[in-house]
Amino acid sequence: MATTTTVTSPRSSASNASDLSGSSLKKIVVLGATSGIALEVQRQLAERGCELLLIARSFQRLAELQADLHIRGAQKVLAYAADLASVEHHASIFGFVRETFPDFDTVLLAYGSMQDQKESEASIDVLLEEIQVNFVSASAILTLFAADLEQRHTGCIAAITSVAGDRGRRSNYVYGSTKGALSLFLQGLRSRLHPAGVRVITIKPGPTRTAMTDHMPNAPRFADPEQVAHDIVRALERRSPDVLYTPKIWRYIMTAVDHIPEGIFKRLSF
Amino acid sequence: MPGQSAAKAHKQYAVSKLTEQVFSWGRYPKIAHQHVHKPAWNDQVPGILTTAATGSLLPHGLGRSYGDSCLNDTRELIDCKRLNRILAFDETSGMIRCEGGVSLSDIIDVFLPKGWFLPVTPGTRFVTVGGALANDVHGKNHHRAGTFGVHVRQIALHRSNDGLVICNSEQNADMLRATIGGLGLTGVMAWADIQLKRVAGPWIDAESVPFESLNSFLDLSRESDGRFEYTVAWLDCFAGKNARGIFFRGDHSDEAGCEIRRNHGPKLPCALPGWMLNRYAVKAFNAAYYNIHSARQGVSVVPYDSFFYPLDSIRQWNLLYGRKGFLQYQCVIPENNVEAVGELLERIARSGMGSFLGVLKQFGFSPPAGMLSFPRPGITIALDFAMRGERTLKLMQSLDEVVQQSGGALYPAKDARMSPSMFETSFPRWRAFVPYIDPKMSSSFWRRVTGGR
Repeated sequence: MATTTTVTSPRSSASNASDLSGSSLKKIVVLGATSGIALEVQRQLAERGCELLLIARSFQRLAELQADLHIRGAQKVLAYAADLASVEHHASIFGFVRETFPDFDTVLLAYGSMQDQKESEASIDVLLEEIQVNFVSASAILTLFAADLEQRHTGCIAAITSVAGDRGRRSNYVYGSTKGALSLFLQGLRSRLHPAGVRVITIKPGPTRTAMTDHMPNAPRFADPEQVAHDIVRALERRSPDVLYTPKIWRYIMTAVDHIPEGIFKRLSF
Repeated sequence: MPGQSAAKAHKQYAVSKLTEQVFSWGRYPKIAHQHVHKPAWNDQVPGILTTAATGSLLPHGLGRSYGDSCLNDTRELIDCKRLNRILAFDETSGMIRCEGGVSLSDIIDVFLPKGWFLPVTPGTRFVTVGGALANDVHGKNHHRAGTFGVHVRQIALHRSNDGLVICNSEQNADMLRATIGGLGLTGVMAWADIQLKRVAGPWIDAESVPFESLNSFLDLSRESDGRFEYTVAWLDCFAGKNARGIFFRGDHSDEAGCEIRRNHGPKLPCALPGWMLNRYAVKAFNAAYYNIHSARQGVSVVPYDSFFYPLDSIRQWNLLYGRKGFLQYQCVIPENNVEAVGELLERIARSGMGSFLGVLKQFGFSPPAGMLSFPRPGITIALDFAMRGERTLKLMQSLDEVVQQSGGALYPAKDARMSPSMFETSFPRWRAFVPYIDPKMSSSFWRRVTGGR
């Protein structure tokens, strides 16, 4: 496990990043900083001059990201290499955050795993691993951050789940159920943190063109990560919504999907 | 890909359908690939290289090469667009280090506000650094700055047989010269060090001057190249030997400008019907363009993007040419054979198949940066032709004769059809390049013009 720190010089006045002083979007912790959607979100945050603390497994990849985001305008980029999927690392991860980035105001959970559905039907190990990564570890680490923000009566917790979590489908229900569980967890957390003034955003992207979905056959019709990231950054900047569907059309699609009677739905193979 | 041996993968693909359609900018030829690798990190590239079969791979960027030099028919591509991080920037010297998939557009967006610009830029900003180096692209300042490769001081190259190879003027200098203009065949670029150039702001002091013959173009060009950093001409290719056109020249303005907000402009949603860009429409466009610009001649301060990238303002303009796509013909005619340019224009005018974007530029005399660099002293001319089947190919063959007799050359980045003998004329020393090719790399273009594996 290794840590690195970079503190940048003040940006040149010629920089075209819009100044966000006064806005709440300034100090963001990204859990899973090397995931496909996180990469785009971070880039857009860097252009706005935010401060970032990146957490991901690979020290090497974090170092590359740090340099890139710093050059693109991030005021400060901290990084910590650790495996978020194992809960025993969470204490040291959170310790690093508290020590180096104590006044962070936003947490974005962006990591996840999507195994082949058939494999997770055939192997209990694969099934449990998926649940461990997407739900067990995610809810555990968010609980640590929630306590901190609740105490400080400020900030925002945002987590990327999926439209796949809205309804269990034959072709993708293991991944879907882990994301659905996380969405429910966030819903409860939102209610718990509401009195403390802490926002909780559930981000539900439709299929997005990232490394996670490259193997899927209809990938050309997927959303661009740039667009999804744009929606996420906007949601972080604003007061609403609580649940973000991105691209927006998925809110309507999922409303329709939710209304298909179970008797019919169970016969559908998608 | 993971856990699957390359040989096994090949067998499987041989029976399965070729599903990965990837187009080059000309949308001709239409080629299917077995698989497109999409590494997001440099640490993933060695794995792709080691598991691949011999001659099965080709790095691919934004696909702005016009023909098949960025394609690998029935084999595999490595899409490098996700390798798009800027790794270092020296504020005092303007040297940057960036991964191969970073686009020139991205470099401008990040560094122009800091007062730095590309040392050399082609006519579109939507190319990757890897692609710019692999084609050793040139720009309107070729007579001053040479090609893109001149300004790349150091690269790191993923090679299938010897890992990450650092190349600069002292270390592996020949591999650097092979990679510049090496069409991606020498390996996958991990990163490159590029020397940017100081500018005061985003503005260009631009001037346009109409001309009405090839000789007046040459006079304008000789006179302007000493005084202006950027020169290029647009050509009405329906005028035949009495070529008329507009000569554009400019310099970076001293005006420190405010930022220019990039707007993406309109986008062609789909391919237009092929008949829309017929000879009458193109002829009318050429006449209108000439008349508008000669009425507007004179000096003005313009934003850099309208000066360098007028076509980028219409996204996917290549769809103008319809579903069959188009071919571009870019050649260079040696200085001492200028009459050949007149002959080319004559043949094009006679065919009635002229393009609406003819570009003329006099190259400078600097020695080539790479083994297979295209620019050399002479006049370069670039023309688009809608793909109309045999007719179009025949015209281009007849143009080849003129170029071949003049001792000129064709530009691989624009080509989808040149013959092996035309390639031989253009790059007589290509065999010296062959030892530097990575054994895992090949391309449709390379197989076509060399008969290689």
